[in-house]
Amino acid sequence: MSEATAVPGAATDTVLSLRGICKHFGAVAALTEVDLDVAAGEVVAVVGDNGAGKSTLVKVLSGVYTPDAGSIVLRGEPVFLDSPALAHARGIATVFQDLALCENLDVKANLFLGQELRPWMLDDVAMEKRSWQLLRELSAKIPTLDVPVAALSGGQRQTVAIARSLLSDPQIVLLDEPTAALGVAQTAEVLNLVERLKHKGLGVVMISHNMEDVRAVADRVAVLRLGRNNGVFDAASVSAEEIVAAITGSTDNVVARRAARRTTSPQAEKGEL
Amino acid sequence: MTSLGTPAATATDLQDERLATPQGITDNVRAAIRRVRDGDLGSLPVIGGIVVIWTIFQSLNATFLSSTNLVNLSFDMVPVGVLALGIVCVLMVGQIDLSVGSVSGVSAAITAVVMVKHEQPMVLAVLAAVAAGCLIGWVYGQVFNRVGVPSFVVTLGGLLAFLGVQLWLLRGQNAINLPYDSTLVRFAQLWFVPHWLAYALAVAAAGGFLATGWVRARTRRRAELSSSSLQWLVTQSLLLLAALLFAVSYLNRTRGVAWMFVFFVALVLVMNYVFTRTKFGRSLCAVGGNAEASRRAGIDVRGVYTAAFVLCSGLAATGGILAASRLAAANQSTGTGDVNLNAIAAAVIGGTSLFGGRGSTFAALLGVLVIQSISSGLTLLNLDSSYRFVITGAVLLIAVGLDSVARRSRQAHGRG
Repeated sequence: MSEATAVPGAATDTVLSLRGICKHFGAVAALTEVDLDVAAGEVVAVVGDNGAGKSTLVKVLSGVYTPDAGSIVLRGEPVFLDSPALAHARGIATVFQDLALCENLDVKANLFLGQELRPWMLDDVAMEKRSWQLLRELSAKIPTLDVPVAALSGGQRQTVAIARSLLSDPQIVLLDEPTAALGVAQTAEVLNLVERLKHKGLGVVMISHNMEDVRAVADRVAVLRLGRNNGVFDAASVSAEEIVAAITGSTDNVVARRAARRTTSPQAEKGEL
Repeated sequence: MTSLGTPAATATDLQDERLATPQGITDNVRAAIRRVRDGDLGSLPVIGGIVVIWTIFQSLNATFLSSTNLVNLSFDMVPVGVLALGIVCVLMVGQIDLSVGSVSGVSAAITAVVMVKHEQPMVLAVLAAVAAGCLIGWVYGQVFNRVGVPSFVVTLGGLLAFLGVQLWLLRGQNAINLPYDSTLVRFAQLWFVPHWLAYALAVAAAGGFLATGWVRARTRRRAELSSSSLQWLVTQSLLLLAALLFAVSYLNRTRGVAWMFVFFVALVLVMNYVFTRTKFGRSLCAVGGNAEASRRAGIDVRGVYTAAFVLCSGLAATGGILAASRLAAANQSTGTGDVNLNAIAAAVIGGTSLFGGRGSTFAALLGVLVIQSISSGLTLLNLDSSYRFVITGAVLLIAVGLDSVARRSRQAHGRG
């Protein structure tokens, strides 16, 4: 992480930029001319309705899909990511929604899965030390590494999955719906984690459905709608209604109407009841 | 890491205030008792089962626990034990091999045919048999990986097909006798470790346990991680030493410790090392736990499956050679009947999960000891095999039932 920590907070230093990304599946255009920029030490939330192309975008970035057109520029260098291994090697780490952990293995075995030190005489001590170092950097709340992952809570599992993505010193971390299956406290824990990634100087791309989470940690919010860019907002100044409007493509929709009703006339509503 | 305001005296892995840290022997014993209460039984149920079975048979027939009978037991458990070791490999990745019996029969037949019919050297016969076993496993792996036939079906096909091959190899004669003066037969019937060497091996084993534990504790301390106390380690080593010396001295009252048994134990230890201390072993557990996650972590899942099948069939072939050597003959019934199911039952009784990802090679050792004790005890009582089947079946059911209950308890106590 030596490289990345050199530029904390320098939000103008673009690490990753996508230009004109297109991806078709048969007749369906999943992504059309999508642009996205991520700077070091910046959290970019990608939001959108179901089918807006969020997952496709993640898969393009993580090397699962190759885009039909467009360019991916990583640290000023155009890259062609045609396999997950290559994306990983270039410094793009992905935490998929289903976490992909082996529940029967303990935490340190999961962290180093597929990247064990000393294949013919596992260096458990070094792996455990590095595991603790990673988890402490994230201020993770995991008391012991000796328990199988099956015994951890959802938030702790998410922590393990995120810590694993950091093992290879990435520059960009993609988080696909990191809080989708979590309770209130665990969500807060994971959001803290996202902030810590940011302070470590990593670029974070977070896919989310949850507006509150997005506004809590994101610096910018990129909205996708039907596979196209539909605006990039500054998370600090944008209102939830504006984002919802961008997601749904109109200012007049059920969500906005209900919100408006509540803010304008709470008294009236109560009176009606 | 210790500069974060925590005292350097606290090991890196024990800094969480929610952790209770065992100190000294009493704490270690208490922690062990708590683990058992939580359902993390380890090998305890099997060892308890062995004690119960031995007590019952000893009270029914005083010769059961005699040195002579235990020496025989130590011989007889090896062929099925080696098969069970193979079964542990495939169960680890969440698959099954139903054909280990047939494969062991084919391997016995190959050994006999090459050695006796074609009068080739023994080494060649053994190599041919083991190579044939590995090849069978490789074919299973390819069919499983590329065609996608479930391992249950692939090996069920193998069970029938290789029984046919075995009968074909032995066509025209019921059995091929192996010469009594051949190394194989002498190894499986007559070779014993000299008494002094057996004691020396026992001491070496306990010493090795102590030394590896000590080195491990020292590296962990240097890395500022917690380590088990020297006191506890020495206690464990002394207990192990006492147990081993007692066993050796008891067996030495008559013929002593068989080389074949030593071979089996060595095999168990080597496989245990592979399972727990190598990347390959980690991959086996990982694939058994979550194949998709393993694939995404960059593990060659297909390769791991193939390796498991090859290991299983290769060990089955080895077991077949040992069975033929023990009998001094390869006949049409070698590896048939209950051999298959005994091997699978042994692995499961020992605590290997049928659903993959959990198990150890010691499971094969302990499980086969249970199975073979029952079989030996009933033979001494002059009861026919009908009782043996029923009792073995009941023990299997109890073992798996106990494991299921323990698993629920483990989950409830956060031990996975």
